[in-house]
Amino acid sequence: MADRVSGLRRRLELALAERVGAVRVLWRRSMQLRVVLSTVAMSSVVVLVLGLVLQTQIADRLLQGKQQAALVQADISRGNLERDLARVDPDRDGTQSTLDEALDRLTSSGAGSDSRDAGAFEAVLVAGTEPLGSTSTTGAAMPGQADPSSGPADVVPPQLRDPVLKGFLATKYVTVPAAGGAGVPALIVGQPVRTAGRNLQLYLIFPLSAEQRTLALIQSTLALAGLALLGLLAGISSIVTRQVVRPVRQAADVAERFADGHLDERMPVYGDDEVARLAESYNEMAASIQQQIHQLEEFGALQRRFTSDVSHELRTPLTTVRMAAEVLHDQAEDLDAVARRSAQLLVDELDRFESLLGDLLEISRLDAGVAELAVERVDLRDIVRRSAETVRHLVDATATPLLLDLTEPAEAEVDPRRVERILRNLLANALDHGESRPVEVRVAADEHAVAVVVRDHGIGLKPGEAGLVFNRFWRADPSRQRRSGGTGLGLAISLEDARLQGGWLQAWGETDHGSVFRLTLPRTAGDLLRTSPLPLIPVTGAPADAEPGIHEAAATTGTALPPPTGEIPATRAGDDEAGDGDGRDDTAGPDRPGAVSGRGEAW
Amino acid sequence: MSSRILVVDDDSSLAEMLTIVLQGEGFDTTVVSDGADALPTVRESAPDLVLLDLMLPGMNGIDVCRAIRAESGVPVVMLTAKTDTVDIVLGLESGADDYIVKPFKPKELVARIRARLRQFPTEPSEQMQIGDVTIDVPAHQVRRGGSPIPLTPLEFDLLVALARKPRQVFTREVLLEQVWGYRHAADTRLVNVHVQRLRSKVEKDPEHPEVVLTVRGVGYKAGPP
Repeated sequence: MADRVSGLRRRLELALAERVGAVRVLWRRSMQLRVVLSTVAMSSVVVLVLGLVLQTQIADRLLQGKQQAALVQADISRGNLERDLARVDPDRDGTQSTLDEALDRLTSSGAGSDSRDAGAFEAVLVAGTEPLGSTSTTGAAMPGQADPSSGPADVVPPQLRDPVLKGFLATKYVTVPAAGGAGVPALIVGQPVRTAGRNLQLYLIFPLSAEQRTLALIQSTLALAGLALLGLLAGISSIVTRQVVRPVRQAADVAERFADGHLDERMPVYGDDEVARLAESYNEMAASIQQQIHQLEEFGALQRRFTSDVSHELRTPLTTVRMAAEVLHDQAEDLDAVARRSAQLLVDELDRFESLLGDLLEISRLDAGVAELAVERVDLRDIVRRSAETVRHLVDATATPLLLDLTEPAEAEVDPRRVERILRNLLANALDHGESRPVEVRVAADEHAVAVVVRDHGIGLKPGEAGLVFNRFWRADPSRQRRSGGTGLGLAISLEDARLQGGWLQAWGETDHGSVFRLTLPRTAGDLLRTSPLPLIPVTGAPADAEPGIHEAAATTGTALPPPTGEIPATRAGDDEAGDGDGRDDTAGPDRPGAVSGRGEAW
Repeated sequence: MSSRILVVDDDSSLAEMLTIVLQGEGFDTTVVSDGADALPTVRESAPDLVLLDLMLPGMNGIDVCRAIRAESGVPVVMLTAKTDTVDIVLGLESGADDYIVKPFKPKELVARIRARLRQFPTEPSEQMQIGDVTIDVPAHQVRRGGSPIPLTPLEFDLLVALARKPRQVFTREVLLEQVWGYRHAADTRLVNVHVQRLRSKVEKDPEHPEVVLTVRGVGYKAGPP
């Protein structure tokens, strides 16, 4: 039960928070709403204060006029009474009737002559000094038992009687009970009246119902006027804000479209006002940005064109030189030893020159984003075999065992030409830096991705170098002798090739423990990669024993390569969880030397 | 008798080097450095093969190739520095039989030239039929209903290669080897472009071919006789 209650409360709170949130969002997002609401809020305060002041003023004036008129009326009434009662002694018997008569005359004459100024009134004539309410419940006092009085004497408050008894004129506002039960406010003017005997007290009661009605009318009029004013103000401020906000909204829309790449988008300029100036300066800014972007694009295009043109222009003379060199080389028997060797060097270096030129052209093409992707469904193992064949001369020259573990089928939609180029580069790189120790290649696949890992046990990479290997023209050790005659662009192109297919190319290395390069490609072209089927960081340290040459693991035994998982070497214990096959090497930190992902973040 | 080769190239060093190499291989060469002179020379001397550089002053290599092809079926091999598909396909569509990308090795060039000059071994009075198209191999003639269809030697070779084994499907790689003389798998764009050119001549409706049929995912084969 308590649970249900608390649940309900939570839901209510949630709903409330949602509503509040929606209002807050609206408040934050709409300037128009904000302006209208604040205008209404502030002007309500002003209208309220103004209304109160006005009402007080009017009420004061009304009462003042009433009081003056009442005083005049009281004066006249006293004169009349004194004339009538000049010879009456209130202490004698029979005065009650006399008093009543006098009062009758007074009220009838008063009602007749002066009602226009002070309005209708009732009169009370009191003779005694006793409190009125205690002796009598009706208007007239009992003769003989109390002071004689005439009229509704019980409405006269005692506070008023004191000054009158002492001989002063006094006024007081009271509430007189009326027939409906609700009180009617009234003004009472009290004064002493001289007679033959002792003084009488005359009280004139002026009901203020007319004034109250007037005041109520004024109040309602004021309230209506205030509400109308508020409504008008809200409308006006809404219209005015809209006038300001609309161009701002337009400007925002234009700016958004501009930011989306529609560089020709401009704001319309009307007139000469501030908004027009805003539009003008915005348009100038947009024009300037557009110009600069165009300039940058042109520079970029020019630079790429230049690289491409240079590569093309160099080709014709290179062709001539190459042919000349071949002709010389073909006639090497006729040359002496020095010339023969020179011809050999010429031919070899021309090969290198040509591949450098080709790489330059390829990378300019990749930079320009005009590289073509020819995707086919192929088994990665075939590409690995082909690539291994193309580097056979390096395998032989370095006497390196090249161990291919191609036990898992790995079909994927890739550009075979580019994948072969990547693998050729990775293999040449591994053979070049492998110190003739075995180079291992492993292919694996899972549901979403295929991966090839090329591992060597050579000099490896120093901490921090794994991030540099993909840099253009970067060399691990400039003093080292190179065999493959790489151009220094191979890994950079490989990285771009991998990216072009939505893949990753990553490097890991440790000094004297060799290095690992992993190529991961999505099985379906265009898919996003999340994990790799193979770990980047190796778990086995020692290279397998093998004879130099290319060896492919038999599909049944699969013994040419160490298993993908195994004992964690003592030196690396404790930090290897991430390398256990899920391929998430984003965790590669400083404690993991040289593990670097050579992939971009945003595909 | 040695084959005569017309070299059209504005780069005098390269032209000279080409001459040296080709003469060393036993060819007769003539050099023309201006594209505009190429066509008159072809008319005049009727060379066995034209080696055409695509970057030429005066007249664009593509235009020269088109002009030559409009009048003659002489084999044309392009020399190009550009390897982009657009450039290659444009060159092939203008009528070139083959192309070779700079910088090339002399042996490669000579191999391509020899492949283009090579004649199919012919048997006397060999006649073949695909649909209503008749191929007279020794006479190098293709007819439809008596009227001859002019084909370049390469197109003729392509058609004969397909027609000689009517039921066999030829992959592009096999055609490259048999017709163009490529040892290694090379550019299959060559095959695509030339099959289209061939169809535009021998088919009644190139959109619905009856003579050279496409086998999706594999290659091409000849239509039924």
